[in-house]
Amino acid sequence: MAEALLSVQDLCKHYGGLAVTNHISLEVRPGEIHALIGPNGAGKTTLIHQITGTVMPDAGRVIFAGTEITRFSLPRRVHAGLARSFQITSIIAGFSVLENVALAAQGQSGSSFRFFRAAAKEAPLNEAARAALAEVGLADRATIIAGALSHGEKRALEIAIALATRPKLLLLDEPLAGAGPEETEKLITLLRGLKSRYAILLVEHDMQAVFALADRISVLAEGRIIAGGSTADIRASAEVRAAYLGEEEIPC
Amino acid sequence: MPRGLRLDVAITLLVLAALALAPLLGFGANHYLTLFARIMILAAAAVSLSFLVGGAGLASLGHAAAMGVGAYAVAILDAHRLTDIAIVLPVALAAAALFSLLTGAIAIRTEGVNFIMITLAFGQMAFFTASSLAAYGGDDGYTLYDRTEILGSRLMENRLFFHYLCLGFLVFCWGICAMLLASRFGRVLRAARENPLRAQAVGFAPYPYRLLAYVIAGTLAGLAGVLFANATEFVAPAYMSWQRSGELIFMVILGGLGRLSGAILGAVLFVLLESWLPSLTTHWKMIFGPLLILAVLFMRGGLVGFLGARRG
Repeated sequence: MAEALLSVQDLCKHYGGLAVTNHISLEVRPGEIHALIGPNGAGKTTLIHQITGTVMPDAGRVIFAGTEITRFSLPRRVHAGLARSFQITSIIAGFSVLENVALAAQGQSGSSFRFFRAAAKEAPLNEAARAALAEVGLADRATIIAGALSHGEKRALEIAIALATRPKLLLLDEPLAGAGPEETEKLITLLRGLKSRYAILLVEHDMQAVFALADRISVLAEGRIIAGGSTADIRASAEVRAAYLGEEEIPC
Repeated sequence: MPRGLRLDVAITLLVLAALALAPLLGFGANHYLTLFARIMILAAAAVSLSFLVGGAGLASLGHAAAMGVGAYAVAILDAHRLTDIAIVLPVALAAAALFSLLTGAIAIRTEGVNFIMITLAFGQMAFFTASSLAAYGGDDGYTLYDRTEILGSRLMENRLFFHYLCLGFLVFCWGICAMLLASRFGRVLRAARENPLRAQAVGFAPYPYRLLAYVIAGTLAGLAGVLFANATEFVAPAYMSWQRSGELIFMVILGGLGRLSGAILGAVLFVLLESWLPSLTTHWKMIFGPLLILAVLFMRGGLVGFLGARRG
């Protein structure tokens, strides 16, 4: 078994008397898509905030690529190779599509305390940005103002932004949220294309997508991991059906 | 961003050209030059504020204080008979930068309304400190013995030289702020203004960028203060008052927050109205106030927005 790229160990977060994440441990190995599923209120969002550094855990550790990053700020984690997308689309709407991605490339390319040259004319940044845009199929939308993109395109742009930070691990927080059926199809194809080149921790409600993409699945309910294993294991687990999947039909 | 010269930039360039030619075209009388100097210096300060508010998203209501620090550096040195630019300029620059660094280091830890209030508070602290400087005029202000000398020469007293010095400084401010906003540094500032979380999620902690922007804007305002003290040959606590900061903010909003050129157009319009209206009636503020309110209400995006320019 390959050594874990991301290892979450015994993570706890309490809000008052409520244990939102309760001794959670999980691992993401290089090149795999690890899906995190669970009903609303299961603690997924809080767990992601703790992995990305926007919420500090009360106890437990986060190890990433051999380094403990539990107390790292969000920007520091990005430099360590942990990129994220947001559940609610987070782009810079007033920037062009290209500049959104070029900004991310800029973060990985030396100091940004540079004052004299126009950033828009820095060819290496633009090339890196174009490459990331090509990867998500937005190459021909580069010059458009990002706010004018369709919802599905914005979701793809977020992924391009994450890719431009040259991450080791992508943390995708409901990348399909709000996408229509056609857009969902496109995004799933896109994510499948990233598979094996990046480790991905995927939080997603769309079960069809999860079962289509994931190598392994962890099921979160009431702040605990109640089941974990291959897609086949999870599909077969009665416990998961009861706790989470409920009446929803599991696609075969 | 659309290519080519935008209308607002073209008009601003025309205004600058008009200011450059005015003394040669029959507007060389002292009262005109005094008015032009006021326009150009306040426009330069407004540009630096526009860089801060429109560029970095830091709505400072204490910008006049930084300007006042520069002006008081001139006054205090003048009281000690130190009037050469080789001393005045570095001291004023350092004072304005240090004031901005110390107040900014605290203020930038806050956001939104808190930031506005804390910069206002620092501005008022500077105002009351200046008022209590009895040796330098206290409440009444301080009249300079001399304008700043340039390496021993009294060039600043040449009104035409001073006119072009102010014009040069305004162009310098505009140029440097535009360059900064387009640079890597400015790109991070703009990103953090629009979406701080996104900026962090691509690896940028906004604080050091914002603090540096605050210091740069404050230092430029301090320079404007040096010129202002020389223009009026007088320095008073009122230069630091929150009303003056409010006027600067107003010039920026009147011109259009999204563009640096807006600050120049806003300052020109503001100062022209402010000097023309009193000639109509002593109750001119009853016209000025509502006029400004109407301008904000009906010119969304300021003069620049009104001209139909797209935001970059």
